[in-house]
Amino acid sequence: MIPAVGALIAILAVVPFLGTSEYFLHLGITSMLMAVSGTGWAMMGRFGLVSLGHGAFIGTAAYVMALLWNEAGLTPWLGLPIGVGAAMILAALLGYPCFRLRVVGHYFALVTLAAGEIVRLMIVALREHTGGSLGMTPRLAPDHPFLAMQFTKTGFWWMALIVWVFGLAVWWMLDRSMSSKALAAINEDQDAAAAIGIQVTSEKLRVTIISAGIAALGGALGAQYRLYLNPESLAGIGISLQIVFGAIAGGMYSMLGPSVGAVFTIALEEFLRVGFGTAFIGAAPFAYGVLLVLFILFLPRGIVGFFGRRR
Amino acid sequence: MDPFLLEAVLNGILLGGVFALPVLGCNLVFGVVDVVWLCYAELVMVGMYAVWFLHTQQGWPLYLAFASALPLVAALGVLLHLLVVRPLLGAPPINQLLATGGVLFMLQGGAMLVFGTDFRSLGVELPPMEWQDVFISGTKLAAFCAALLGAGALWAFLKFTYVGIAIRAIARDREVMPLMGVDPRRVYVVASAVGGALAGLAACLLAVQLDVHPFIGLSFGPITFMICVMGGLGNMLGGFLAAFLMGVIVSTGSFWWNTEMSYVVAFGFFIVVIFARPQGLFAR
Repeated sequence: MIPAVGALIAILAVVPFLGTSEYFLHLGITSMLMAVSGTGWAMMGRFGLVSLGHGAFIGTAAYVMALLWNEAGLTPWLGLPIGVGAAMILAALLGYPCFRLRVVGHYFALVTLAAGEIVRLMIVALREHTGGSLGMTPRLAPDHPFLAMQFTKTGFWWMALIVWVFGLAVWWMLDRSMSSKALAAINEDQDAAAAIGIQVTSEKLRVTIISAGIAALGGALGAQYRLYLNPESLAGIGISLQIVFGAIAGGMYSMLGPSVGAVFTIALEEFLRVGFGTAFIGAAPFAYGVLLVLFILFLPRGIVGFFGRRR
Repeated sequence: MDPFLLEAVLNGILLGGVFALPVLGCNLVFGVVDVVWLCYAELVMVGMYAVWFLHTQQGWPLYLAFASALPLVAALGVLLHLLVVRPLLGAPPINQLLATGGVLFMLQGGAMLVFGTDFRSLGVELPPMEWQDVFISGTKLAAFCAALLGAGALWAFLKFTYVGIAIRAIARDREVMPLMGVDPRRVYVVASAVGGALAGLAACLLAVQLDVHPFIGLSFGPITFMICVMGGLGNMLGGFLAAFLMGVIVSTGSFWWNTEMSYVVAFGFFIVVIFARPQGLFAR
């Protein structure tokens, strides 16, 4: 597994040198960044901690980063970690009472859904700074592209690749850690897990914070890449469900699953966009929905889970 | 009392009446089938489009459009149950939640494909009522009364009919009822139909108040689930009361701040309630 992934990373690293078209680079960057968010989500999703509010973390990180740049002139190189940190703090503030008070299953999903909506509405309500529903653009700095983290597509390709590898590395380390075993036990039976000495609350809290951080990193970098922030596409129920769709379609139980799902989603989106143009607006969400239902009905372990060996 | 504040509170109560129907429907389905229909608000949207289409495009009288939209959405509820929910009844609950989330995208995308993204208005308006400087929209008041009638009909159905009693029994204990000779699968279908019918009724009442567009479900869907959870998932009376509480919070919130902040306050209140009383505000 590891050599194969290493070879894949090496191939991806040299892609920009091969005279690849801008369009392909664009698809690759968006796929990798979406894969990061999906990987982050699946870190907790695969242990039955289903969050429908990861948009809350992405929105927080992206807007903190962009507002620091626009209003305080702080470089995104610092703004991005600060934003991701803010998202992780939000995850801790939300997760701690949830896990302490045993908000699980449907209730947890709906609490996170509410959190996503709160962040979206806050962004809209603070329209003097965030531009409300119209969205905002980070101030362009043609003189200092590096300082402003406004690269060409090639630069962002490597950026996205590094972040993607980082996300996979976190997954891999988490997977090999004791936490993963503990979380699997908690997922099976929380009381039994607690009885053998697993710190249920802190295990869940740790994975939630990590998951939120990774998802926020991918999402915020995506906003920086597009140079456009919009509350609908960064926070709220829409983006939250899209992340979930990608992770489930690819398979949330394996390391590369969410990445395969992200490539699949972006490819599907592009296929529908190029195939139908704007004549059939709505075809993409419709196809999303149909596929999400079909995947859950017939392939609950996703594409990778289906082709991978059965455990 | 400040007439504007009074007006906001009254509007909140009227808004609560509108929230109440989808909350009751959602709660009924959850209480009986043990599945949250994440696409509930989108079923309401389909009903609203049906009313709009039949009334303004086909020229049907309003009552006939209402009378057709209601069974249409009820049938959709049954379809949703048979095609999506039933095959997943043995799966982890989260899969059911996500599958209905997929239906949410499907209906939203489908509405965009068929009707486009324009706002569609029914163009029906009753004159406002005035009482000591307080203005109340006649349309909202009529919708409120209809919502109360719908809730009353649901109560009578659950209380007095044979099927209604079976539904309540299943909600109470789904292991024992099959032993008593009740087929839970048939009761699930009936509950889904009733849940869909409530969405249809809500659609009729909302169609006269709001312009329908493909994303309208997102504007009241999340708050519907939150009200359900606040009242205690599956607890009909709790959900009904919580709907009015939430309506007043949203309405007075927009009186003090603005619309978005009022929803922020309402959702924040929801999270606090979940932490304080995880089983719902009105849990027994």
